[in-house]
Amino acid sequence: MLNTDQLQDQLSALAQAHGLSRWDMGASCSTDLSVQVDRGKAHQLKGAQRSAVTVRVWNSDGRVGITSCSDLSADGLAQALAGAAEASAFGDLQDPPDLSPRSTESLEPLKREPQATRPIQEMVQTLISAEQRLLDRHPSIGTVPYNGLSQRRGERVYLNSLGARRHEERSSASLYLYARAEEAGRKPRSAGAVRLGHGTDELDVQGCIDEAAELTISHLDYAPIDTGTYTCVFSPEAFLDLMGAFSNLFNARSVLDGLSLSKRESLGETVAVPFFSLWDDARHPANLGASAFDGEGTPTARLPLIEGGVLRQFLHSEGTARQFGVASTGHAGMGAKVSVSPDWFEIGPTPGAGCGDASLNRFQADGVVWIDSLSALHAGVKASQGAFSLPFDGWLLKGGERRSIEAATVAGDIRQVLKSLLAFEGEAQVTPDGLCPHVWVEGLAITGEA
Amino acid sequence: MSFLDSFWQQRLELLLSAGRAAGADLVEVFLERGDRLGVMAEQERVTSVSPSFVSGAGVRVFRGKDHGYRDGFVSTNDLSEAGLLQALDQALGMLGLERNGAAAADFQGLPALKDYGISKQSWLDQSPGVSVIAERLLEGTARLEQHAQHLQARRGSYSRDWQEVMVAASDGTFARDLRLHQTLGLSVLAADGEHRASVARRFGSTDHPEDLLVWDADGTARDIAASTGTMLYADYVDAGTYPVVLANKFGGVIFHEACGHLLETTQLERGTSPFAGRIGEPIAHEAVTAIDEGLSNRHFGSIAMDDEGLEPQRTTLIENGVLKAFLSDRAGEWRTGQPRTGSGRRQSYAFSAASRMRNTFIAAGPHSPAELIGSIDNGLYCKVMGGGSVGPTGQFNFSVEEGYLIENGELGKPVKGATLIGDAETVMPRISMCANDLDLAAGFCGSVSGSVYVTVGQPHVKVDSITVGGR
Repeated sequence: MLNTDQLQDQLSALAQAHGLSRWDMGASCSTDLSVQVDRGKAHQLKGAQRSAVTVRVWNSDGRVGITSCSDLSADGLAQALAGAAEASAFGDLQDPPDLSPRSTESLEPLKREPQATRPIQEMVQTLISAEQRLLDRHPSIGTVPYNGLSQRRGERVYLNSLGARRHEERSSASLYLYARAEEAGRKPRSAGAVRLGHGTDELDVQGCIDEAAELTISHLDYAPIDTGTYTCVFSPEAFLDLMGAFSNLFNARSVLDGLSLSKRESLGETVAVPFFSLWDDARHPANLGASAFDGEGTPTARLPLIEGGVLRQFLHSEGTARQFGVASTGHAGMGAKVSVSPDWFEIGPTPGAGCGDASLNRFQADGVVWIDSLSALHAGVKASQGAFSLPFDGWLLKGGERRSIEAATVAGDIRQVLKSLLAFEGEAQVTPDGLCPHVWVEGLAITGEA
Repeated sequence: MSFLDSFWQQRLELLLSAGRAAGADLVEVFLERGDRLGVMAEQERVTSVSPSFVSGAGVRVFRGKDHGYRDGFVSTNDLSEAGLLQALDQALGMLGLERNGAAAADFQGLPALKDYGISKQSWLDQSPGVSVIAERLLEGTARLEQHAQHLQARRGSYSRDWQEVMVAASDGTFARDLRLHQTLGLSVLAADGEHRASVARRFGSTDHPEDLLVWDADGTARDIAASTGTMLYADYVDAGTYPVVLANKFGGVIFHEACGHLLETTQLERGTSPFAGRIGEPIAHEAVTAIDEGLSNRHFGSIAMDDEGLEPQRTTLIENGVLKAFLSDRAGEWRTGQPRTGSGRRQSYAFSAASRMRNTFIAAGPHSPAELIGSIDNGLYCKVMGGGSVGPTGQFNFSVEEGYLIENGELGKPVKGATLIGDAETVMPRISMCANDLDLAAGFCGSVSGSVYVTVGQPHVKVDSITVGGR
């Protein structure tokens, strides 16, 4: 259990001894349990007790130094602060971060009580049962080679010399099941599903089995696709993955560094079709990784980034907000150079602007590619260029019927994609990365494996 | 604190004995102390200096054949005796075992330490300080400005990872090593109107503290400038199926991802390798001989001992197209019968070791690179490869960072946006020609036991036919 009073007293005393009046600290500790099974037996069981602390200090020149350490004892804190003081000699004077003025604002706590953890043997039995139920769903499903059930309970604090004292606890659990199926004379096929919850009891185990089975079976009957240009419909998860890979569009740090597709003057520009809107909402009730404050102690909030197709706002740290003359938005990490990153996207129709072409329906579509999941985003996305070329799992739709695509890539440019949206279809669905309906896009290049 | 202090041996013996007495067939403890440094320079200034210190332990308990080859693993940052015993208790509990306070009758204590780190004590002190690192990075970004055009951003980055590791196991393993990995990279984003190109190069060094001083900043910057100038105005490649020539050095990533991972016993255990049970059978074109080893001086994946305390080997994986061996760790040997190859690796104490590649490469062949290109009428030359991945059914994909069309046996215009896709079983028999210019490149490999330092390599190789994703 992290004791904020004790940590505050220790850091204050250490800083004073080094002649430092400005400092901040982020710390966390957690316990984890995870299990994997293999054909009815426990395969690997893992546990972890983790701790970490990061200390930043500002020296008399205003230069910032930082050091991280895995030891939360008094010795560890002393090592971290001494290291930060030493590193501050090399701090950047031109663009140094500062303490967030919003770090002492009152904080609306997230109303999420950490849930109780389950004993590991119970986790093993849950997973063995899930594996068996998935194997029983189809004779071609021979193994579930990638599976796991894990739970975590942790807490984090943020303290600084302005008097900020942030503390939060949370718990989470996850289940994933990836089945491998093979029919005589045909290539093996694989698909899976993931479920998240605040605790193991919250996990939708049956839903995960159903989805993994349905997807795996749907890919058994596959065929190659002709290379060409197609209208595509993205699953919520696939479209959120794509937007997440190009989040430098909204990232003020990337804008200032010249690495974003956007520029300072891009705010107010039309970047998407009018019915498209996108918010970042760290505090959304469905966001299981929600935090009430960022790495600088700034409160998190729901922000409109694109409204009616128009770029409205960037994500900020204290430092980028200062340069833009706006308030920090609660998206900062903690560093000598502070990173900025999104939390949880909510994508949907602009109020009053419709959903695009209401006639589009993937269950009646012909010659349309349904992209269910994208992979290898780390290799196939050129974020600073806007380009992507990504392998995907999906189906070619014919008369509304799905036929699995053997192996293929989808390529395009994100700026063009956002202006080529045809429609949102159906209700928005909750995924681990955000909230989004199915999204129709025209004119994407598909390459099929010959 | 160093793990050489004598009280660590007593503490480890206490843990191993207690674990064995509780009924474990094998107990292993991995201790780690790390000192890391990251430095970044942008344009003409240093913008980030980030030191970090880490210490932790991973305790792994095994039960053998009679209990289904099960294991439990617990990691902790608490290296006190109480903290380590708590980790042991939790690992034992995972296997239904409980510490009973007794000492194991058949555990006689650890043997003399095999200290692979004894000659490396001064490496950390010999590593360059922040001032020297900053100077070299700023030299690099200045050279970029000098040689390249249309630059929108210039970056240099450095990372140092110094590790002291100790492995002790109840089978008598007791070994310690010191490791030093340094990387230094330059990257640019160039833009001219709607044209954009990002190009990066990274230099990796292991075990030689002074390597940063011999890094060729000017040569790296010139290389980046040349690629940037070429790729800024390159057209997207047309999608299709082509013969391709993959350049040497980092071109070896295709073998690493497409085939190497499928030769790790972790894949055999899962039942996801198409090569299971095929030792002695042809799985590749006879032109292909492939090796994985951890011994070569200066290579990024070299290790004095693996993370289970075993010395690495030179393992011939494929010889003239025939599968010869798999890469195996302790658990892999238990569960699959494949003998250990000194390939048990992990990112840190937070991971249990698994069979992983080290320096992996396709051996040189008899041809010149020009002969490979000259044998193709219409194809693609992949000069610089990006990252890639392999899926659970062996499907792989790689991005091509810098490509050129091959037309009538000669290199043509540059192209971008290419992705190579396929599966190992199909592609390995299509590697029909290997050139005589084997070279290796440093890289990182992420898998079940975290991110580890590796080398990939090959000579220029020709693949007769592969699907190229594009526009």
